[in-house]
Amino acid sequence: MAILVNDQTRLLCQGITGKSGAFHCRQMLEYGTKLVAGVVPGKGGETFEDTGVPIFDSVEEAKAATGANASVIFVPPPWAADGIMEAVDADLDLVVAITEGIPVRDMVHVARFMEGKRTRLVGPNCPGVITPGQCKIGIMPGHIHVPGSVGVLSRSGTLTYEAVGQLGEVGLGQSSAVGIGGDPIIGTKFIDVLELFKADPETEAVIMIGEIGGTAEEEAAAWIEANWDDRPIVSFIAGATAPPGRRMGHAGAIISGGQGTAASKYAALEQAGVTIVRSPAALGRTVKDLLG
Amino acid sequence: MKLHEYQAKALLAGFGVRTLPGEAASTPQEARAAAERLGAELVVVKAQIHAGGRGKGRFVEDVDAGEIAKAAKGEDAAGKGGVRLAWSADEAEAAAAAMLGKTLVTKQTGLEGRQVRTVFVTEGCDIATEFYLSVMLDRSTNRVLFLGSAEGGVDIEETAHDNPDAIFRVEVDSAVGMTDFQARAIGRSLGLTGKTLTKSVGFFRALYEGYMGLDCSMLEINPLVLTKQGELIALDCKMDTDGNALYRHPAVAELRDLHEEEATEIEASEHGLSFIKLDGTIGCMVNGAGLAMATMDIIQFKGASPANFLDVGGGAQQSQVEAAFRIITKDPNVKGILVNIFGGIMKCDVIAQGVIGAVKEVGLQVPLVVRLSGTNADLGKKILAESGLAVIPASNLDEAADKIVAAVQGA
Repeated sequence: MAILVNDQTRLLCQGITGKSGAFHCRQMLEYGTKLVAGVVPGKGGETFEDTGVPIFDSVEEAKAATGANASVIFVPPPWAADGIMEAVDADLDLVVAITEGIPVRDMVHVARFMEGKRTRLVGPNCPGVITPGQCKIGIMPGHIHVPGSVGVLSRSGTLTYEAVGQLGEVGLGQSSAVGIGGDPIIGTKFIDVLELFKADPETEAVIMIGEIGGTAEEEAAAWIEANWDDRPIVSFIAGATAPPGRRMGHAGAIISGGQGTAASKYAALEQAGVTIVRSPAALGRTVKDLLG
Repeated sequence: MKLHEYQAKALLAGFGVRTLPGEAASTPQEARAAAERLGAELVVVKAQIHAGGRGKGRFVEDVDAGEIAKAAKGEDAAGKGGVRLAWSADEAEAAAAAMLGKTLVTKQTGLEGRQVRTVFVTEGCDIATEFYLSVMLDRSTNRVLFLGSAEGGVDIEETAHDNPDAIFRVEVDSAVGMTDFQARAIGRSLGLTGKTLTKSVGFFRALYEGYMGLDCSMLEINPLVLTKQGELIALDCKMDTDGNALYRHPAVAELRDLHEEEATEIEASEHGLSFIKLDGTIGCMVNGAGLAMATMDIIQFKGASPANFLDVGGGAQQSQVEAAFRIITKDPNVKGILVNIFGGIMKCDVIAQGVIGAVKEVGLQVPLVVRLSGTNADLGKKILAESGLAVIPASNLDEAADKIVAAVQGA
């Protein structure tokens, strides 16, 4: 069953003619994702390289013409927030924003704009969402993913691949893998994805990878304690060795005012009954052990 | 990007936030001239470094290591601090001479301290009351949050911990901006009344406009003061702005003070690398911020310590891999290097070529463990094996960490 995306998902790409948009759209098509449209203002009427994928001036037109219900955004940072709001305004089901480096102030406005709207935003600054064998939206390497029963969610990109790779080594596949993004403001948080995994009968266990900064993991821990069932959740928090006050690559990965430490997140998750691993190399085998 | 007090105050004044007149000076003579121009009975000479706690800070050139250790903990120490009063231009010049070129250690600098290259010469005022006020993003609600306390000059982290009721919060809706009633709510929480309360609205609204208009990520006014004449003044100011938004503030970008940053971190940023120096012995080169942190963590988990955080990014070129190696090997503490790549978009053969190029260019004096997984990993491993270089291969994260820790501890 999987979450968020499946073989019925019809995708459009905003920023399809940019260098990274074009590269990843070819990869997504190769994976089998139903990429049905591109959106580049001013290039309406053209097609995406030799793929036959039509390009439109607006999300609204692309949706009307192709029945697209999801968008992936590769628009550069200064215009990315506008791109997200355009997709939300077109009432798509899902918007996945890959762009890294969107100013926080722009995202404050995006978050406000989205209040009361039904569109789900994943990211920004994220690798995307994949349901192995059905649909890949984003920049993750498709070939390491295998259909299966473990849900993966993470604030990081390559660390998600690491977890997926370890699952492969122990013979486990993924129901879906979701990178929620490393920015201070993101559309979909841990709790949102956990709710979806909870409702998915194919998901038998969850790997949740957090990192320093903010309190999203602590909030997720409280939610898990109150709402989760007995399926195992295995969690690692990146940044136990990070010094306070420094941004560790991701804009949101910063310990400030004594908040956002790995110790606090581990404590909250452990309290909630989550199986924590302090070595990032132990994710796959720990899930394997718990599933028996 | 962090700004100095004098820069932040000038920027905020442009939005109508009340600050006291002052001038930056980089020599004692300039400080004297600034004091003369201000013409005030009393001026304050303040060391300009990217760290707080300057008043309680001490200079390593002035006092012994024991006092410096106290200053680094924020405790009272013998000697004079980085904020001094001057009752004449002579005194202002002498205060500047006593600080410029010296190394100030405060609670926020660590024991190594920061060299003072600029002082801010500013007017004093008659303080009636001191408050604390800061503005930041609340990541739980995605809104801008004013956080304050009627107890000024305090350590807000300690207050939040010991006496959370003494802290008030006002959240602003970005679609509307700060409203008058919200501004008054801040004023009332600070204990303002009467005309002072109604007048305070303009001050807090200007602060919000400044925070948004400058794309701040953190703004702290500590202390905010009420003078005996009934005026609100930002007496100190700490500002951090969103590096991703600097493209729309070229004048702010010009204010970056490279002296406040690690030379190697500046070099790394020029190559598009994200690098943070740490004090361990194992240099790390990783793709992706999360995996880079996880690599540091597993090194510690295995009983050693990381020398740095280094993210080469998602699409690193050979030249970036070489630059990363140069930067890592510059650190004399580095006793071994761990390259940990999970190739997604990045192809492992490209990384392998980069590593070989870098080793040939920079040389290799310490053990090097390379872990390649993901896209083209086998090809990458083959290239390294056939290079004839003393590269220790590892096929997964666990093995990589074990091997580099063993190599460093055996050395």
